[in-house]
Amino acid sequence: MAETAMAETAMPETAMVGSTTTTHRPQSPLSGAAARFAAATRTSGGALRLAEVPFLAQINVRLDPKGPAAEAVGLALGLQLPPEPDTAVQAGELTALSLGPDEWLVVGPPSTQADLEARIRTAVGEEPAAVTDVSAQRTTVLVAGPRARDLLAHGCSLDLHPRAFGPGRCAQTTLARAQVVLIGRERGFCVLVRSSFAGYLADWLLDAASEYV
Amino acid sequence: MLLIPCPWCGPRDESEFHYGGQAHIAYPEDPSALTDDEWAHYLFFRDNPKGPFAERWSHAAGCRRWFNAVRDTSTNEFVEAPPYSAPPGFEEQGPGAKPPVSGRGGVVGVPPAKRGGESTPAPATDGRTQPFRLTTGGRVNRAERLTFTFDGTQYEGHPGDTLASALLANGIIRTGTSIKLGRPRGIFSAGVEEPNAVIQIEEPFPEPMLPATAVELYDGLVATGLPGQGRLATTPDPARYDAVHTHCDLLIVGAGPAGLAAAASAARSGARVILADDQPELGGSLLGTAQHLTWASEVEALLTSAPEVRILRRTTVFGYYDDNHLLAVERRTNHLGAHAPAHVSRERVHRIRARRVILATGAHERSLAFPDNDRPGIMLAGSARTYVNKYGVVPGRKAVVFTTNDSAHAVARDLAAAGVEIAAMVDTRQGEYVTGTEGEDRLTAVLVGDRRIEADLLLVSGGWNPVGHLYSQAGGKLRYDDALGTFVPAPGTCRQAVEVAASPAEGTAAAACALEAEGYAPEQPELPPVDAESETAPETVFVVFGTGGATSFVDLQRDVTVADLTRATGAGMRSVEHTKRYTTAGTANDQGKTSGVLASGTVAHLLGVDVSALGTTTFRPPYTPVSFATLAGRDRGALHDPIRTTAIHPWHVAHGALFENVGQWKRPWYYPQPGEDMETAVLRECTAAREGVAFMDASTLGKIDVQGPDAGVFLDRLYTNMMSTLKVGMIRYGVMARLDGMIFDDGTVIRLADDRFIVTTTTGNAATVLDWMEEWLQTEWPDLRVRFTSVTEQWATIALVGPRSREVLRDLAPDLAVDNADFPFMAWRDTTVAGIAARVCRISFSGELAYEINVSPWDALALWESVYAAGVTPYGTETMHVLRAEKGYPIIGQDTDGTVTPQDLGMSWVVSKKKKKDFVGKRSYARADAVRPDRKHLVGLLPEDPADFLPEGTHLVATGTLPEPPVPMLGHVTSSYCSAALGRTFALALVKGGRDRIGERLYAPVGDRLVPVTVAGPVLYDPEGARRDG
Repeated sequence: MAETAMAETAMPETAMVGSTTTTHRPQSPLSGAAARFAAATRTSGGALRLAEVPFLAQINVRLDPKGPAAEAVGLALGLQLPPEPDTAVQAGELTALSLGPDEWLVVGPPSTQADLEARIRTAVGEEPAAVTDVSAQRTTVLVAGPRARDLLAHGCSLDLHPRAFGPGRCAQTTLARAQVVLIGRERGFCVLVRSSFAGYLADWLLDAASEYV
Repeated sequence: MLLIPCPWCGPRDESEFHYGGQAHIAYPEDPSALTDDEWAHYLFFRDNPKGPFAERWSHAAGCRRWFNAVRDTSTNEFVEAPPYSAPPGFEEQGPGAKPPVSGRGGVVGVPPAKRGGESTPAPATDGRTQPFRLTTGGRVNRAERLTFTFDGTQYEGHPGDTLASALLANGIIRTGTSIKLGRPRGIFSAGVEEPNAVIQIEEPFPEPMLPATAVELYDGLVATGLPGQGRLATTPDPARYDAVHTHCDLLIVGAGPAGLAAAASAARSGARVILADDQPELGGSLLGTAQHLTWASEVEALLTSAPEVRILRRTTVFGYYDDNHLLAVERRTNHLGAHAPAHVSRERVHRIRARRVILATGAHERSLAFPDNDRPGIMLAGSARTYVNKYGVVPGRKAVVFTTNDSAHAVARDLAAAGVEIAAMVDTRQGEYVTGTEGEDRLTAVLVGDRRIEADLLLVSGGWNPVGHLYSQAGGKLRYDDALGTFVPAPGTCRQAVEVAASPAEGTAAAACALEAEGYAPEQPELPPVDAESETAPETVFVVFGTGGATSFVDLQRDVTVADLTRATGAGMRSVEHTKRYTTAGTANDQGKTSGVLASGTVAHLLGVDVSALGTTTFRPPYTPVSFATLAGRDRGALHDPIRTTAIHPWHVAHGALFENVGQWKRPWYYPQPGEDMETAVLRECTAAREGVAFMDASTLGKIDVQGPDAGVFLDRLYTNMMSTLKVGMIRYGVMARLDGMIFDDGTVIRLADDRFIVTTTTGNAATVLDWMEEWLQTEWPDLRVRFTSVTEQWATIALVGPRSREVLRDLAPDLAVDNADFPFMAWRDTTVAGIAARVCRISFSGELAYEINVSPWDALALWESVYAAGVTPYGTETMHVLRAEKGYPIIGQDTDGTVTPQDLGMSWVVSKKKKKDFVGKRSYARADAVRPDRKHLVGLLPEDPADFLPEGTHLVATGTLPEPPVPMLGHVTSSYCSAALGRTFALALVKGGRDRIGERLYAPVGDRLVPVTVAGPVLYDPEGARRDG
């Protein structure tokens, strides 16, 4: 995932996403948890950083990994769809996550989903593939800081030690009782969670963090 | 928790997988060519072997891929799994692949029991408040005093004490009475094996049934002794409990000499090591024998400075499960009493996944069954030594020692040095036996044959039982060791990567073996010197028979005696598993730690067989009791199960909606206005939908994007009706059946393009339908070029319903041509609604003119507020249910239950007869059972009195008076409502041969009454469908 997209400061104050003619302010799934995330981050004294990174563009791509479409998409995006399971590759503002042997999630900055989808569709051409905008299907929670691993260990059965899981790794697994896509980053993790589960997961994360804040 | 090898994601917890049953059962080439018998065989018959079994699994919470694997059903081991390698640069998750091969013999020795003499405590005592406390020695902090209350009396102790050691320091040894016989009982041991001194903590946290020997003393502790049974707290426990997942290369259980040596070998290897011990201090038995304490503290310093070594103190590993998954409970703040910080969990469950495990769990001393062996003052010999050396307490003034082995002689030396008078050494190897005792609240005398020896302490050692619980739980076997007279772990009998170590030398060997297997280089640490003193072999003795009618106890906690076991064997029992259940020996909360082997030995003696042939009972988790609060952790209240919400949820809350749980979703049930009860609110909402315009949040419906050139073909095979013939721009209702023909989901299908559809599912079934689609594509039709993506949360959906809905939509979507001719029923259009990009579908689940407006959930609240501002009435699921039931639309899962076909619902029209060669479920509709005339049909029911309400689930009978049982039941009510449109109550029901009974009178037993009802067609409102087009 793009480093710029992850930084809270890089988020435009009035992101115009979704439709092009909106005059209202779009609501992200965890806009209601922002203050609690900020408070936990503040009171943790640097141990934890919790924040929603909303409105990221997310395109689900399913195609034959050995077919010409995979290579064409890689060329069009300037990053290879990672053939290794459970790995993530990043190039510029884009990140491609391997979700399965024929499935990837391409993540980019907010408001780029229409453009991304179109570029991928064009690259795929007539090859059989499924290219789907799923930007609103999941939202992203940044879980960073020195205690990030301890925090996630309350509900994630994967070994998150840097030897086993770090930058370049991702995994579809369960965190607490929600399915997530977990992405290893330099100083923590990104957790992609289904929007309907986001409120539950935020409550769970904040509860699990009580010892560190 | 099994680790299941996903070929794509590697080993993952079994909870991430769905089981798919036996593998290699292909869908028949031509189901219609099969006889009913052959079809039934394909549907229902599966192998059930003991041993290797080829089966299908789906990594449902991960990559959603199906794969085959061969699992041994008797061991749960995956014997043939698809290949997987971790991404480059990362270690594989999970336990070591193979049990390590070790050249060691695995003989488990008794703990070191030689005189240490690092400090010689003075035999003086603290005369003020703790008369049995030594002035020096032990590991308690005498500078600080803790006040506690036991059975209403206040005492003092020191940090480092257990409740038991503090009681002994104050001269209290009796802690209660026994469960069945009410005999006085006292502190018997110094650890978790304690059978007698079971107490209830009253303050600050009420907690029942804790051994006083395992409760760390804290200031303000209030406890009472228990007569064998505790009381649950009546107030909620305010403490926090949690759980963490923990991973390591090497888990060492036990920080005694063997565990410390193993950890020292691994400390600098780079391997990730966890050393877990149930005591607050490292050292294990060394703390009790006061030997090699300098060595222990040097090892501790080494471990503390090693970055990848983690020491878990106060942590009991209590369960050993599949694939080196171990559960441990860490007592984090119990010992702080009222000073425990509220935000720190009091106890924590560690779910440890270890690549290798070393069990260095030491041994429990066992007692002997002799007459009156239960009086307060009778104690395990090694425990008395622990009280002297670890706690600086003498448990009595004048002791008799009764032993079968050398270890108790060292006890006698340490106690004598502490000022305890050793009145007699009774060693069975010299032909001497204790034959009785005297004393009520405390021992006063010991009888040895004709001798009567005055004593307040009788120290007993019947030998040592290595703690084999975890090894046994792991699947390892125990074998009888003749020299020790007990059962010990048999090396090489466990499939898991586990080793047992009983001495420092074994600890380093086990560590070397485990580390080498993991690719780390062990170090040879400095070990404590091995005492060259020769030992006399122990004697195996279990029962000492006395004279007269005195009782010899085997299980102190259950009050099970030699006489009880004699009755059991007299009744013909020949197995310890049977005598255990007959007498309850070993079933108390100490799980027979001091009595299990003694019971086996006693039964062997009674049967005249060798104890080695008899074996022991099975060890099951937990090793020590764990409270339910601890096991529940944070999975309580709102965090017990995820609450799924839509993007519009905050509005529903703010506007007073009451909620209904649908799956994990919270859906608005109805929106009561001030003064309204449920019935009034729902009637109002229904009237708005039927006569004006109303709207609801339908975002919870599952949505799956189906793309690919073969998408139409695929959907044709999965739905009972045709989907490939659907035109782009149009929508069709469809039903999915299981192979047995029973409906399992329904919904609409939208055709976006030649090669793209959106399938909607019922709210609770979205994941199941997606799994079902993936299963058929991956396992039966992998040649089809089609892919699925869940888009449930990509779209928020607002249903706009009622005769005025067209006019509202026209105002909100000026670009959209809304007239019936331009936008017909079952069509969809992309447009802009209230300035928001939207896909509008003309679908009705109420029979009224209606639309479903799909937008990004980011904009859904804005759309909802725009619709609300247009004066539209919000309605909830109850109104939706009434509206659809009036039209006879079934809810899958409410009006159906997995035994209902589309034909049963009167929906033959949704089942393709000729157009499709085959679809999932088709063959089953030709089975004799599917065409029985007395199948249950969905019908309407009208109670004779329009105010009579039939509760859902009410049965239906044929006659107005109940005949003698058994009463033939004709069916049951599946949905029941009060209808504003009909001005009466009505119900839907599944009734035998129901469609042939329309007009018939049936009776519904409600309470004491038989309510007369008339069977009607299921469509009670607007049967000609005139309202759909507005």
